[in-house]
Amino acid sequence: MSAEEDKASLGSGTLRALSARRFRIALLLTGAVMLAYFGFILLVAFAPERLGAIVAPGLSLGILVGALVIVFAWLSTWFYVRWMNRHYDDALERLRD
Amino acid sequence: METRIGEPNLVAMSFFFVFIAITLGITWWAARRTKTTEQFYVAGRSISAGQNGFALAGDYMSAASFLGIAGLVSTSGFDGLIYSTGWLVGWPIVLFLIAEPLRNLGRYTFSDVVALRFQATPIRISAALGTLSTVIFYLIAQMVGAGGLIRLLFGISYETAVILVGVAMLAYVLFGGMIATTWVQIVKAVLLLAGATLLALLVLARFHMNPLELFAAAAERYGDAVLAPGQLVSNPWDAISLGMALMFGTAGLPHILMRFYTVPSARAARTSVFFATGLIGYFYLMTFVLGFGAMVLVGPDAIRAVDAGGNMAAPLLAELLGGTPFLGFISAVAFATILAVVAGLTLSGAAALSHDLWVSVVRKGHADSREQLFVARVSTIALGVLAIALGITFKGQNVAFMVSLAFAIAASANFPALLLSIFWRRCTTAGAVSSMVVGTFSTIALIWLSPTVQIDILKADSAWFPLKNPALVTIPLSFLTAIVVSLLRSEEGATHRFAAVEQRTHLGPVGE
Repeated sequence: MSAEEDKASLGSGTLRALSARRFRIALLLTGAVMLAYFGFILLVAFAPERLGAIVAPGLSLGILVGALVIVFAWLSTWFYVRWMNRHYDDALERLRD
Repeated sequence: METRIGEPNLVAMSFFFVFIAITLGITWWAARRTKTTEQFYVAGRSISAGQNGFALAGDYMSAASFLGIAGLVSTSGFDGLIYSTGWLVGWPIVLFLIAEPLRNLGRYTFSDVVALRFQATPIRISAALGTLSTVIFYLIAQMVGAGGLIRLLFGISYETAVILVGVAMLAYVLFGGMIATTWVQIVKAVLLLAGATLLALLVLARFHMNPLELFAAAAERYGDAVLAPGQLVSNPWDAISLGMALMFGTAGLPHILMRFYTVPSARAARTSVFFATGLIGYFYLMTFVLGFGAMVLVGPDAIRAVDAGGNMAAPLLAELLGGTPFLGFISAVAFATILAVVAGLTLSGAAALSHDLWVSVVRKGHADSREQLFVARVSTIALGVLAIALGITFKGQNVAFMVSLAFAIAASANFPALLLSIFWRRCTTAGAVSSMVVGTFSTIALIWLSPTVQIDILKADSAWFPLKNPALVTIPLSFLTAIVVSLLRSEEGATHRFAAVEQRTHLGPVGE
């Protein structure tokens, strides 16, 4: 295996830059999902009365926020997959050539 | 209401035997395609992204969470939503941080990834420790749950039920390996999603297809309090700790991680988690609706009368809306659900015993395919017998906490070492090993000292450790151990090999 060459190509920038970019996006999205979920849990723990407020017949703020956490988790995976499919895979293909 | 739960149910038995017949048929078909270790452990990497999405969901959606969340919602309303969200939020983390690097870096188990740039023997031993602890605690919870559930639903004895689950699971894994296990997961996921959807539609049909009308009816009958946070979160730290275990534990569950090797590429691994997240989120939202349906249509008192924990809420609802046949269908689906989860767990445990311990540590990688397959099958039998024995030993014990214990071990022992080995250049063999060992033992020790074991099970007056789930302490402790130990003494080889690992994280193994 041309390990030395491969290492050189990684060190020379492009793959490393792509790697760093993917890592940043992954960390950012991880942080966002953690924030949404633990924010919800903290609200449940520290502001239960507020979450009990009724915003529409049959709908409390708590149920709305909880459902939104699930929707947000979906959207974050959708966003990630779209970014990876559009940008990362193409950049990787170009690097392979 | 009058219920036939607890009596032998002919429809349930028929459905169940149809399921067994179909899955054994699949196993027979898969057995002819299971000749190499690669086929046995990872289905020859031939599973498509869509199939793996369903199989991941099938591996993850347990009967305990289905019946448990519906039961919790039916008796206390909103609080079940805390679990519905908790069971889902681990999946984005798996996608962002673990799935693709894992697929590119390893072969059969997650310890392949950790062992890549560190000294193999200590890594394999400590990773097997984390894997087997996670698998065994999860297995105990599933087997005991299976025995109790099946006794209640089918009216057969506890021991018979446990042996039945153990033997059927052994047949799948032993003969059909990962191909059969994957298809059992897919069939189960489709049945469970279809059953829950049908039940939810039958409920919503009575409320003009509007869930809000259902919630409003619940609030009208039992007060607005059912739509608000209740007694579940009395201690905020407990809630955060459990949340951390669920969120990061998913990314450390060996039977979930193993599934990423069954697809042909990192891109397929990525797409499969996307599908799985959608299916699992949908399922847990559905469970929430079912819980409210049971609260309004069956009533909390009638549910508690059948099972004090509320676990029979969904089956009772099925009986009310679809009669004995639908009850039979849902019962059979719950049985199939347990069977599929147990099969996935056993296969990943067998991989740890045979691939990580026997082939890598004992034989130093020098074992031919024939020997590897033989050892893998012997390990499978050993784990199957162990699962049956543990199921019978723990009969009548309250083992629900073992699921959250399994998640806490996965989050504290497996996840930190895996993450740091992929992303952190300075990580060393000693750092990863100490993190896995400290993660495993601190989690087991703290849960032993927690109110869950000391007060709820041993009936002591107080517990030394205040939290019900130790993840809040053990996850940071495990990370800290890895970081401090790695920084204390650098390992030149491990740092040097990081460049190759980083490259392979993106480009995959050479020649594939």
